[in-house]
Amino acid sequence: MPLIRKTGAVDDPWATLEDEAALPAGGAVVVSLARWQANRDALLARPGPLGIFLRSDQPPSLIAADLERFDLVALDFPKFTNGRAYSSARLLRERFGYRGEVRAVGNVLRDQLQLMLRCGFDSFEIPETADVATWLSAFRDFSLAYQPAADARTPVAALRHRPALARRVDHEEDDAAPARRSDDAAVEASVVCAGYWAY
Amino acid sequence: MYRYDNYDQTLVDERVAQFRGQVARRIAGELTEDEFKPLRLMNGLYLQLHAYMLRVAIPYGTLSSQQLRKLAHIARRYDKGYGHFTTRQNIQFNWVSLEETPDILAELASVEMHAIQTSGNCIRNVTADHFAGVAGDEIEDPRIYCEIIRQWSTFHPEFSFLPRKFKIAVTGSPHDRAAVKVHDIGLRMHRNESGEAGFEVLVGGGQGRTPVIAKTIRPFLPKRHLLSYLEAILRIYNQLGRRDNLYKSRIKILVDSVGVDRFTQLVEEEWQQIRDGYLELPAAEIERIRGYFAPPAYRALDGKVPDHEAQLRRDFRFARWTRTNVTPHKRPGYSVVTLSLKPVGGVPGDATDAQMDAVADLADRYSFGEIRVTHEQNLVLADVETSALYALWQRLHELGLATPNVGLASDIIACPGLDYCALANARSIPVSQRISRQLGDLTRLLDIGELKIKISGCINACGHHHVGHIGILGVDKKGEEFYQVTLGGSADENASIGDIVGPAFSADAVVGAVETVIDTYLTVREDGERFLDTYRRVGLAPFKEKLYAAH
Repeated sequence: MPLIRKTGAVDDPWATLEDEAALPAGGAVVVSLARWQANRDALLARPGPLGIFLRSDQPPSLIAADLERFDLVALDFPKFTNGRAYSSARLLRERFGYRGEVRAVGNVLRDQLQLMLRCGFDSFEIPETADVATWLSAFRDFSLAYQPAADARTPVAALRHRPALARRVDHEEDDAAPARRSDDAAVEASVVCAGYWAY
Repeated sequence: MYRYDNYDQTLVDERVAQFRGQVARRIAGELTEDEFKPLRLMNGLYLQLHAYMLRVAIPYGTLSSQQLRKLAHIARRYDKGYGHFTTRQNIQFNWVSLEETPDILAELASVEMHAIQTSGNCIRNVTADHFAGVAGDEIEDPRIYCEIIRQWSTFHPEFSFLPRKFKIAVTGSPHDRAAVKVHDIGLRMHRNESGEAGFEVLVGGGQGRTPVIAKTIRPFLPKRHLLSYLEAILRIYNQLGRRDNLYKSRIKILVDSVGVDRFTQLVEEEWQQIRDGYLELPAAEIERIRGYFAPPAYRALDGKVPDHEAQLRRDFRFARWTRTNVTPHKRPGYSVVTLSLKPVGGVPGDATDAQMDAVADLADRYSFGEIRVTHEQNLVLADVETSALYALWQRLHELGLATPNVGLASDIIACPGLDYCALANARSIPVSQRISRQLGDLTRLLDIGELKIKISGCINACGHHHVGHIGILGVDKKGEEFYQVTLGGSADENASIGDIVGPAFSADAVVGAVETVIDTYLTVREDGERFLDTYRRVGLAPFKEKLYAAH
C-alpha cells in the first residue's frame, strides 16, 4: 500500500509481522496487541523499531503504560464508516501524550484525510490505485477549523478573539505533521490551544 | 439572528468547492457510487426513488427573509417550484440534479446557508424551540447555545463517522416545544438553587424502531461546560456504540445496554479529564453569540389594541384563526403567528416558491425580516404587532397559509413516505391528505381540540408517529400498504411513547380507524379534557373495543 504524509508520498520502512511468524533479527516491525502481550520480552530485547497495530475495538488505554516502547501505532479503519480510531488517535495524542507516528490503515478515504490529520494521525496508507497528488490536495480542503483537536491548528474561536493569531495559520500549514514537530512547536501548539477562548 | 463572519463564510465556501470537486470526480468516473455516497450524504444529497433530494440545513429553524427568498429561487430554478419543510426544521428539495447541486450549494453559501451534516452518521442540525426569544416562560434564548453547538459540531474531526446519526435539541423554556426527550441529547435549560441558569442533560431518547424517552444523566450543567460535556458524551458513544447492526447503533441502545448509571459514570469520568480544558466557554463568548440574538427594535406598546378587539368581534373567521394560529408574545402589543402549511387535503410542510417569496415579504413588513420553521412543519412570524394581525391574516388567507388548524387534528406531521423516500414501506402523504379532508370541518376540529396526528411511512419514524397523540405507522404486508395505529404518545415535557392499539389497518380502513378513535374520545371525554388527557385517564381499552368491535 502506498504511504503518504501531509508533505507527500514516503517510503514505508515498516513490515507487518503476522502473529505466527518468526521474529526477524532486525528491521521495523508492527505487531498485533495479542503478539505484544504474548511476546513482550522478546520484542523488547530485539534491536530495531517496534510498532503496534490496534483493531478498532482495542482502545489505546490498553497500551497507555507502554507507549514509550512504540515508534508507531497503527490504528485500523475496518470500514471507512467505522470512526472509532478518530477517538483513539486523539486520546493517544492528547490524553497519553504520544509523540510517535500514528498511522491510519485499512479503509481510508481521500476525503477523510484532513479529519484524520486533525485527530493526530500523521501517516496514511492509501489504496494502490490512488492518485497521490489528488489525495495530498485533501489536506488543503479546509483552511480553518471551528474546534480544537490534536493538531496545532488554531481554532476559529481563538482567531476571532486574537486576530494576530490568524497570521500564524499559514505558517502552521507549512509545519511538518504534528507528531514530528519539534518540542518548541509542540509547546507553541499547546499555548495556542490553551488560548482557544483566551483574549 | 446569527450572521457569518469571514471565518464562517470561508468554511462554507470551501465546502462548496470541495463538493464541486467530489461531484466532478463522480461524473468523471473517478469515484464509484459506493465511494461517492458518504460524500454526498455529508452534504445532504440523497438518492431517492425518483431523483436526488437535497436537504438544506436551517440551523435551529431560523431564517432571514433574504434566505427564504433564496430557497424560493432554488425551488423555482432547480426544482419543480416547491420545497418541503421537515420535522428537523430543515427544507428538502425533491427533484434536483446531481450536476447542479454544487451550484445550489454556492447559491446557498451566498446567503450564509449550507447543507452540511444534514445527513450521514454525524451531529445533525441542532433543533430548538420555534418560539425561542418570544416565549413568556423562557429563561434564555436556546438559539445562542444551538449556534455554539453548531460551530463546535461542524466538521468535527472526531465525530464525523459516528456509529449512527446524532440529534441534539435545546429548549430554553420549562414547556418543551423542542421534543428534547426524544433526541440523542436533549438540553433543557433551568435554574439551580442559587438562581444560575444551566442545563439538564438528557441522553438516549429517540424514535425509530426502538422508541425511548431520554434519561437525565446530569441534572445541572453550568453553561461554561456545555461543549466539554457534549464532547465527553460523544467520545464515549463513538468508542462504545455498536457498529455491527444499523438498528442497534443509536446512543439509546448503548445507554440501555450498559445501564444509565454506568453510562453516566463513563461520561463523567471522561468529562473530568477535559472539563477544564480548552473547550470551556467563557461568559464573554456566550455574550458575543447572545448579541446576534438580541431582541429586535420593539416599539413600546401598552398591549391595548382596540382595533384588534373590534376586528375579532366583527369577523368570526379572523377570530377562529387567532384562536388557533396566534400565540401570546412576551412583549405587550406583539403576537406570535404560526402560518399553517397544512391546508385541507394538502401535503404537510410543502410550500411553493411563490408562497416562500410572499412569506419573506410579509416577514419584512410585519416581523423584522425573520421566519421560523417548526418541527411540526409550519412557519412562524414571531414578532408581529397585534394591531397588524388583521391585515396579515387577510394576506395569509389569500396565500393559502391561514388554515386555522395549528395544534388541531388536521395539523398533521407526515414524512415524505413512499411517494419519495427509498426507505419507506408505505405512503404517508395520501393518508395525511385523506385524514385532513375527512376532518376538514373547522367547527368539528375546534370541538375535537388539541390533537396531534403523526404519520411515518416506515419504522424509521421520521413522521414522529411514536409521539403522536394518534400515531400512524406504514408497514408492508406482503406487498400491501398497512397502517399500525398508536395512541397516547407525546413529545413535550411529559413525553410518552404511544401504545399500539392492535393489528394494522388497510389503507382503505385507516382513515375510518382515526375517525373511530376520535368519536370514541368525544364520547368518553370529560368537560374540557384534551384527547391526551382522556387517553391517559381511560387507557387503551375503550378505543380498542370500538376499533376492533366488528372483527
